[in-house]
Amino acid sequence: MNWGSASAFFEMGGYGLYVWGSYGVTALLMLVEPWLVHRRLRRSLRDAARIESGNEAES
Amino acid sequence: MNSPSLRLYTFAAPSRFYRLAGWMVPWFWAATIALTVAGLYIGFFVAPTDATQGDAYRIIFIHVPAAWMSMLLYLVMAFWAGVGWAFNARLASMVARAIAPTGAMFTFLALWTGAVWGKPTWGAWWVWDARLTSELILLFLYLGYIALVNAIDDVRRADQAGALLALVGSVNVPIIYFSVKWWNTLHQGATISMTAAPKMATTMLTAMLIMTFAFWAYAFAAVFTRTRAIVIEREAHSGWVAELTRGRMNP
Repeated sequence: MNWGSASAFFEMGGYGLYVWGSYGVTALLMLVEPWLVHRRLRRSLRDAARIESGNEAES
Repeated sequence: MNSPSLRLYTFAAPSRFYRLAGWMVPWFWAATIALTVAGLYIGFFVAPTDATQGDAYRIIFIHVPAAWMSMLLYLVMAFWAGVGWAFNARLASMVARAIAPTGAMFTFLALWTGAVWGKPTWGAWWVWDARLTSELILLFLYLGYIALVNAIDDVRRADQAGALLALVGSVNVPIIYFSVKWWNTLHQGATISMTAAPKMATTMLTAMLIMTFAFWAYAFAAVFTRTRAIVIEREAHSGWVAELTRGRMNP
């Protein structure tokens, strides 16, 4: 175990800002991108369903 | 075999790929989470503090995997874009397009984590060093590819133009990789070499490799989900998509 306390963990030996700055942005982007791609998939299915129901209404 | 039509290229049909990828994606997300937890646990609680860099070195557990993925995804993107162009394979072109944003994100992360690592260790956020500059060009290549394929209305012509750009740009990847050998750079040399023993402690190496597999699984999940969306967008008028969406629409 490297850290005596939670505050020592967050301080990262004085490099906390750099370490958490890099991990924070990485975590943010790797959460936002999955959300965006799933939203795009849902939208594509919804738009396709709209086309399908439009075809049914015409026939 | 009672289905003689099942061949290697069976899953090149967008409809079949859509179903196969849909089945695989949850497993890739699960692998991403499990590997990330394991990698970060080893990286922060097992791997010791570095003798010269202190705890700043722990950025390596995301910096190197992001940089590797940025280069690997570019080559995979150029490969599928080329296949889509040469063989008129629709799905290959869609996969290439789906890779670009994820590749660009990893390139940005490699640059960002490098900048916040460079500040405490080199004293500068950025230097115009061969490794950093060629990685920045990689980001521009990804962004250029995305802008180009979206600027051309004819989908197949856009795929072809994108393929040309992706293939020509792939010359940059070996330049990034060997930049630390070919030029005197501030950036350190390769951490892992095929010909020499690793220069880092086993626990550090383990954490870095597990995080690489985590990012790799993430890339599969994100790219496959985006490919599925592109498949539906492009084939919205086809029979199988109509079949798929029937009953989904509630007025």
